[in-house]
Amino acid sequence: MTAPVDPSDTFRDYAHPERLVSTAWLQDQLDAGAVGTADLVVVESDEDVLLYETGHVPGSVKIDWHTDLNDPVQRDYIDGEAFARLVGGKGIGRDTTVVIYGDKNNWWAAYALWVFTLFGHQDVRLLDGGRAKWIAEDRPVTTDRSAVTPAEYPVVERDDAPVRAFKEDVLAHLGEPLIDVRSAPEYSGQRTTAPDYPEEGALRGGHIPTAVNIPWATAAAPDGTFRSRAELDAVYREGAGIGDADQVIAYCRIGERSSHTWFVLEHLLGYENVRNYDGSWTEWGSAVRVPIVQGTEPGALPTR
Amino acid sequence: MSDTTELPAVLAETRDDFLALTQADRLQLLLEFSNELPALPERLQGHEDELERVEECQSPVFILVTVGEDGDAPDVVRMHATAPRESPTTRGFASILAQGLSGLTVEQVLAVPADYPLTIGLSEAVSPLRIRGMVGMLGRVQRQVRALA
Repeated sequence: MTAPVDPSDTFRDYAHPERLVSTAWLQDQLDAGAVGTADLVVVESDEDVLLYETGHVPGSVKIDWHTDLNDPVQRDYIDGEAFARLVGGKGIGRDTTVVIYGDKNNWWAAYALWVFTLFGHQDVRLLDGGRAKWIAEDRPVTTDRSAVTPAEYPVVERDDAPVRAFKEDVLAHLGEPLIDVRSAPEYSGQRTTAPDYPEEGALRGGHIPTAVNIPWATAAAPDGTFRSRAELDAVYREGAGIGDADQVIAYCRIGERSSHTWFVLEHLLGYENVRNYDGSWTEWGSAVRVPIVQGTEPGALPTR
Repeated sequence: MSDTTELPAVLAETRDDFLALTQADRLQLLLEFSNELPALPERLQGHEDELERVEECQSPVFILVTVGEDGDAPDVVRMHATAPRESPTTRGFASILAQGLSGLTVEQVLAVPADYPLTIGLSEAVSPLRIRGMVGMLGRVQRQVRALA
């Protein structure tokens, strides 16, 4: 790690407190001139592709989930070469500490962090509370273009297996803990799209058999920061009964809200086998002959 | 194509302006449009619930179309829209359409091709999925105009 860890007590109880930084910590780094150096690059990743341009953390760079991280043709992420070109161009080296923040409670920031993980980038962290908290605290934003010194990033092949699940993996996983992080009406099958996202629909409504419904927002406090360790344990460990040795898969609609939950399980609660199913409902709900359960109950394991 | 020649002047100009720019500069121009989205007329302020929500957009955006109001000739269309500051892309889409459609006749608005948003060079800059929100917005404007005409 090349930027210091945020020592604040708030994060102490999390399994991997070094994965979060506070707005105060980022302010200190900014004041010390550390942002935008080979040690520390701050990345904004939003749902809205123009939000960064309206004002961003001074010295930060932008990475967009659609136009940068997704392969433009195939439904997949970019490959190692494209990733090296992308992040190298943002001044990120293999050893650089990357701090990501964004809109919508860090959904897209968590998603970007998860994609960095696919490429094995070691030191990547989230700004707790994201863009909204930074702005609510009246901290500096600018529309100035950030000066970037491009870095040499090695071409690393993506290693999907540890943190990414495909449809076949989910089929094989049925019976193990599965978390559906969508809203209740999406889970029950009342609607095939998220309330505000009608363009990302599926042909059938419902959920994957045995999946429990824990909407992503359960892990977020009203100010967009993550809930405390004790609160998160109560939801996932005691509430959903997920044990330390369990393999867990989380999914939503396209894998962005479940990246938020993946971050919670992997980094804040320290589960070691957590995967995000990014195909999520837009794949499952349109796939032929996969089992689906409708209604508010998880439902039974299909007999195969 | 025959419909390119028939495209109303402001919409054609907007398209040409975007197409003349690099991808990065297209975002800047969209941001300018976003900043230019006019506020709702006073009589509509505080009455956003009476406006139609554009479901195709990810952010809350509401539109209202009038025909022959505010001193306009009987068949002249005006488009009003409101969207939060935190949703500049959606504001930009609304602004392009409000500027390009307001002042046109009913007939001219209905003749605008439904795929106009796909022709202005933004699909790559903002992504095809996002541009579909603008397609939906145009469709709703035309539907409202049809209902009022």
